Amino acid sequence: MRYSGFQVIKQALTGHKGWTPAWRDPEPKAHYDIVIIGGGGHGLATAHYLAKVYGHRKVAVIEKGWIGGGNVGRNTTIVRSNYLLDGNEPFYEFSLKLWEGLEQDLNYNAMVSQRGILNLFHSDGQRDAYTRRGNAMILNGADAELLDADQVRKEHPYLNFDNARFPIKGGLAQRRGGTVRHDAVAWGYARSADGYGVDIIQNCEVTGFRIEDGKCLGVETSKGFIGAGKIGCAVAGNSGRVVGMAGMRLPIESHVLQAFVSEGLKPVLPGVITFGAGHFYVSQSDKGGLVFGGDLDGYNTYAQRGNLPVVEDVCEGGMALMPMIGRARLLRMWGGVMDMSMDGSPIIDRTPVEGLYFNGGWCYGGFKATPASGYCFAHLLAQDEPHPTATAYRLDRFRTGRMIDEKGVGNQPNLH
Amino acid sequence: MIIPHPLLGPRDSSEFVYLGDASLIDRPDWQAEDAAEAFHEYAYLRDNPAGEHRELWYHEGGDRSWLVVTRNTMTHEISKVELARDVARAQGRSK
Amino acid sequence: MTQVNRLSGGLIDRNSTLNFRFDNRNYTAHPGDTLASALLANDVRLIGRSFKYHRPRGVLTAGSEEPNGIVELRAGNRKEPNTRATTAEVYEGLDAQSQNRWPSLKFDALAINDRFSNFLTAGFYYKTFMWPAVFWEKLYEPIIRKAAGLGSLSMEDDPDEYDKGFLHCDLLIIGAGPAGLMAALTAGRTGSDVILADEDFALGGRLNSESFSLGDDSASDWAAATVAELSALPNVRLMPRTTVIGAFDHGIYGAVERTGDHVATLPVGKPRQILWRTYTKRALLCAGATERPIAFENNDRPGIMLASAMRTYANRFATTAAQRVAIFTNNDDGHRTASDLRAKGVKIAAVIDVRDDAPINYEFEVLKGAQVVDTKGRLGLTFVEVALADGSRRILECGALGVSGGWNPNVHLTCHHRGRPVWNDDLAAFAPGDDLPPGMTVAGAANGTLSTHGALQSGAESAAIALDLKGALPDLPKAEDAPINQTPFWYLKGCARAWLDQQNDVTVKDVKLSHQEGFRSVEHLKRYTTLGMATDQGKTSNMAGLAIMAELAGKSIPETGTTIFRPPYTPVPIGTFAGRMKGQDFHPTRLTPSHYWAKERGAVFVEVGNWLRAQWFPLPGETHWRESVDREVRQTRASVGVCDCTTLGKIDVQGTDAAAFLNKVYCNGFAKLAIGKTRYGLMLREDGMAMDDGTAARLAEDHFVVTTTTANAVNVYRHMEFVRQCLFPDMDVQLISTTEAWAQYAVAGPNSRKLLQKIVDPEFDISNDAFPFMGCGSITVCGGLRARLFRISFSGELAFEIAVPSRYGDALMRRLMQDGEEFDVVPYGTEALGVMRIEKGHAAGNELNGTTSALNLGMGRMVSKKKDSIGSTLSEREGLNEPDALMMVGIKPVNADDKITAGAHLMDASGPVDAKHDQGYVTSAAFSPSLDCHIGLAFLKNGGARQGERMRLVSPLTDVNVEVEIVSAHFVDPEGERLRA
Repeated sequence: MRYSGFQVIKQALTGHKGWTPAWRDPEPKAHYDIVIIGGGGHGLATAHYLAKVYGHRKVAVIEKGWIGGGNVGRNTTIVRSNYLLDGNEPFYEFSLKLWEGLEQDLNYNAMVSQRGILNLFHSDGQRDAYTRRGNAMILNGADAELLDADQVRKEHPYLNFDNARFPIKGGLAQRRGGTVRHDAVAWGYARSADGYGVDIIQNCEVTGFRIEDGKCLGVETSKGFIGAGKIGCAVAGNSGRVVGMAGMRLPIESHVLQAFVSEGLKPVLPGVITFGAGHFYVSQSDKGGLVFGGDLDGYNTYAQRGNLPVVEDVCEGGMALMPMIGRARLLRMWGGVMDMSMDGSPIIDRTPVEGLYFNGGWCYGGFKATPASGYCFAHLLAQDEPHPTATAYRLDRFRTGRMIDEKGVGNQPNLH
Repeated sequence: MIIPHPLLGPRDSSEFVYLGDASLIDRPDWQAEDAAEAFHEYAYLRDNPAGEHRELWYHEGGDRSWLVVTRNTMTHEISKVELARDVARAQGRSK
Repeated sequence: MTQVNRLSGGLIDRNSTLNFRFDNRNYTAHPGDTLASALLANDVRLIGRSFKYHRPRGVLTAGSEEPNGIVELRAGNRKEPNTRATTAEVYEGLDAQSQNRWPSLKFDALAINDRFSNFLTAGFYYKTFMWPAVFWEKLYEPIIRKAAGLGSLSMEDDPDEYDKGFLHCDLLIIGAGPAGLMAALTAGRTGSDVILADEDFALGGRLNSESFSLGDDSASDWAAATVAELSALPNVRLMPRTTVIGAFDHGIYGAVERTGDHVATLPVGKPRQILWRTYTKRALLCAGATERPIAFENNDRPGIMLASAMRTYANRFATTAAQRVAIFTNNDDGHRTASDLRAKGVKIAAVIDVRDDAPINYEFEVLKGAQVVDTKGRLGLTFVEVALADGSRRILECGALGVSGGWNPNVHLTCHHRGRPVWNDDLAAFAPGDDLPPGMTVAGAANGTLSTHGALQSGAESAAIALDLKGALPDLPKAEDAPINQTPFWYLKGCARAWLDQQNDVTVKDVKLSHQEGFRSVEHLKRYTTLGMATDQGKTSNMAGLAIMAELAGKSIPETGTTIFRPPYTPVPIGTFAGRMKGQDFHPTRLTPSHYWAKERGAVFVEVGNWLRAQWFPLPGETHWRESVDREVRQTRASVGVCDCTTLGKIDVQGTDAAAFLNKVYCNGFAKLAIGKTRYGLMLREDGMAMDDGTAARLAEDHFVVTTTTANAVNVYRHMEFVRQCLFPDMDVQLISTTEAWAQYAVAGPNSRKLLQKIVDPEFDISNDAFPFMGCGSITVCGGLRARLFRISFSGELAFEIAVPSRYGDALMRRLMQDGEEFDVVPYGTEALGVMRIEKGHAAGNELNGTTSALNLGMGRMVSKKKDSIGSTLSEREGLNEPDALMMVGIKPVNADDKITAGAHLMDASGPVDAKHDQGYVTSAAFSPSLDCHIGLAFLKNGGARQGERMRLVSPLTDVNVEVEIVSAHFVDPEGERLRA
């Protein structure tokens, strides 16, 4: 069924009897050309592009719980392409372009809302670094604007300009950045992939890989063995656990990132703002909640929850930056488990096991990467070579010394 | 979280700074034949277990000792805390 | 206006009258009232509007689970949106406004949405607004955003203070109802440290809402007497108005005490709220239970509320929503409400009980096997339509309807470690499971023990078990012990516009649509329909939504899923979590020893991490910072300048293995450094990248003083302790940070020695022969003051750094200025420091950006291959040693008037300007007074071989495109003659 305003009206007038399930609920077949492990944003996007762009229809996405229940369902919904390094910027700009056409591509309104993102700076050194970054963005075909303090103040008069411990000296703006209704991304990709014949199999947990002579033949699951020509693993947050079943160690640690939402408020923030002198970034959802976050809790964990010190740290940053939110109430906090890689950048690559492909290490930048990650992973699975925008995301880059380290903090995942 | 410091008793985790897997104690021999690969594994590859994890914490807001904390990454339960120096010595590290 | 709905009795203080305002009308109330009870007493049922359809709404509950009765409290910069009228205490002069309506609460233009509700079903927005694509941001979304949201912020800085504190106890009791009070009594009498926290301002929980007795006392009197006894115990801390918001790891609970929300004006210096991080060995959850409504057609009108809330309003607050009320129930508890209200003189239209075997009562009519099928009344309930057991219909006139659909234990905190509650068939509700947060137990209604006797008993027993108490428990007062007697009943079959989530306007129809479209797991249901996502977090709605989904799916409720809860239990102001860490107090401020002197000199300061450093020292008449900075540079290079460099990290390294240790942490060698000599050192991370640089001065065979950059002082010290304790535990070496112990000044310029000779005591020869470049030593100055002198130079001039104990720092700076007058000494700030180090080609923070190797910095050969040091092995990887690796170079504009911009990129002189042709980037730039043009440091591909090349410097971001020449990074004195002079 094609979604449209007309369809909504038609269904309303006929008692909504015509709406059908957004995706089927099939039992797994014995064999697929390609099996994607992980029904999150990346896995579902991979299936969509495999089917739509690369013509693969014998594809299954297997998910241990319900689709969209991982980080695509628990993030701060920001999309942007304001990266510095050559290995990253073309990929994230590709992703942003895919976001810009997402609704029409999927026939699903995921509310891609380009209300802009502003990274504030508070020192000359930060300004220089953002200048370099903004130039890298423009040289890669993205958009960037450098604002001075007066321009920031004009656009965001409610920020703390008069009593700041670290005064705002300006900001790097990307007007095309913004937010997306995160759950709808998973649902939109799922519905589209399903429409192309992809089987989305929920409540199907992978329990092992069947590997013979160095080649992966399929996956053992809670619903039995599923054979596959190729297997793509897109389970960020749990990459270590899943790939561990194939006997591999990864350059990844699992960490928790907390995020927060306030009670609904009439519009106060137009776009996304990040604080440069503390751990705080914020946007406001279409429903009115302030959606905000900060730093990792900092210790390895698979528990989807965090602790008070980080809650306080984030709110301190918020109050330092915009003291007008003091009386807004924090409604809910949650934690998502992140694949924190050793250089802060992701991995989309073959593995030493033939037929097994890996997509992970997204740190806390996975959401904005969803379309390009799916596209590039589909490209790799379909053509056995990396997509041109994802050539740097190799698994062996740590061995060869070709790290993609945006923050420059080295091989300590919790600092990225 | 509360970390039971072997010398100072229970201390709030906000006094500490986290580093990572306690395998960082096992720094390879720079002169070994496979030193390049050994250092690659040491610096970059992790077990990242879902369960018991031995990890390094530094008591920055306290006595500045490095600790090896055994903590469950599913429940956050801490079952053992040792001075990293003792662990390092027990593993044969010296000068 | 008189309080027409005021009843007799209650726990309000009628001797005192309070004035308050709601939507600009004046009303009166009594101490003990909440805003909700006071509005009901004044016959105001309409309090708010719903989120989506803007339906008229009144209060549903009498507690923090309230979804409907939310208002903007206070005015101006203290405006507090989305405040629950049901928990807000009335104080003299309280001012509240309804919210999310325009132009007024009674006539809300967006109520038009209700007419179009058939088009605005769950998830409709995912299916439309896609064409044309650009219209989403331009048209559709702005309209949606404007319509969405609830209350509004003032947009002004929150003027109130918030505090944080720590509490410790043996037993934290959460909730002061019958179970909590009895637990506190049991534990408190044994002398244990007990904290009893309750979100309400009156301790007692439901005991304050009931008409029955405990022993010989009324329930509320028993509660008051118990509270009195507890408050006399020194080991018991009673915390009313305190919500335990979350259970965190290892027995740490977050608790928010509202110390100032119940008063008109905060006493000066007092906080509005306090976040208590509460550390406890054991916690006992006695959070009670929440009644749940029943979904039927138009069940959301003002006047329709939970039956238990109705009872609370009558018994505790002495008020009723109307003088004639009906009750709709599936259990015996609804009948109790009818009895209590009747006893207070309220007319009971009827008790409508879905059970065919409902108990009969001679005081009011009971309609057995009956159901409410519809209601009337646009802005407040007027009639209910009842389907009787025989199928006939009956219209009942009433202004309020109490609904009782059973009780849900308040399991929220049991889920905060992601434990799942388990289904309890007797309750037809979820009760706490086994995987509770460690140290937590649950008692009373929160554990599914709904009778008062049961709650008292489980409170006492649970406290005894938690604290391992021996001996007899306190005597329990005789209390009601009625069975539950309920028939699970979630919604009326066939109803459509029957509300589940009243705030977000999620109806039974939406759940059905969600099921039809395949959103069947609880999480999908919640996210697709927004059920339970409102400010009440679904406390009164989640269960019914789940039950309906289960029925549609043909599964049991536990098979369909459970709902779990995340912190906080109720919403908490962001200001409370921040406490006092805001404004200037966001981070501590570190001042250098010469700070007050610099302030006297009129210095301009800059934040450097937590430090404040003098950026430059303007003189009268200087109008632009460049004038000051250029002067400071010129004067230093011409004669002598002094700069406070105390902020550099200083680490004292002592022990027989000190040199061997430094050999490990620096990539270059230190073993052979002579005593009395200083050496530049480059420290790598294990991944081979430059971590920090600085100097190590050997004061004795076993004693070094290491300096670090300001930014990395803490990290480097931590790293060195890691190397010492974890990697080389048997090395005889000790480390201590002495950053704050020594005030340190750079004295630079051709006359620096002459100036220092005036203060260094004569027995120390600091001539070039006796104290050459890179020399160091312990000396005394000014007649015996111990000091350290290092002949090192960041500026490129003949220079020293002199350190004295911090407390003499201010005096030393004043002395240097005084003694330097004859040399025209100039103090210089961080800007001039930066200019001079760029002129000299020294790397600093902009170059040591964590992604640069020794090779990139032009120091590749410093990485010793003869020894093991941190980072040396991995620095040899091929990716870090490619032929076109970035190398640090100097750049100069071809046209001397052009400016160099840090952050600009380097491109070949001709050819495309894009990322593919990017050759490098400028890290640092400055105007050089010495060269009289702008200069910069840059990383350039294969930069070592490109001196003399002309390139384009582009910064499309700032509209820069200038021709530059690649030169040596050492702009000034490349041979280093001045250093050694």
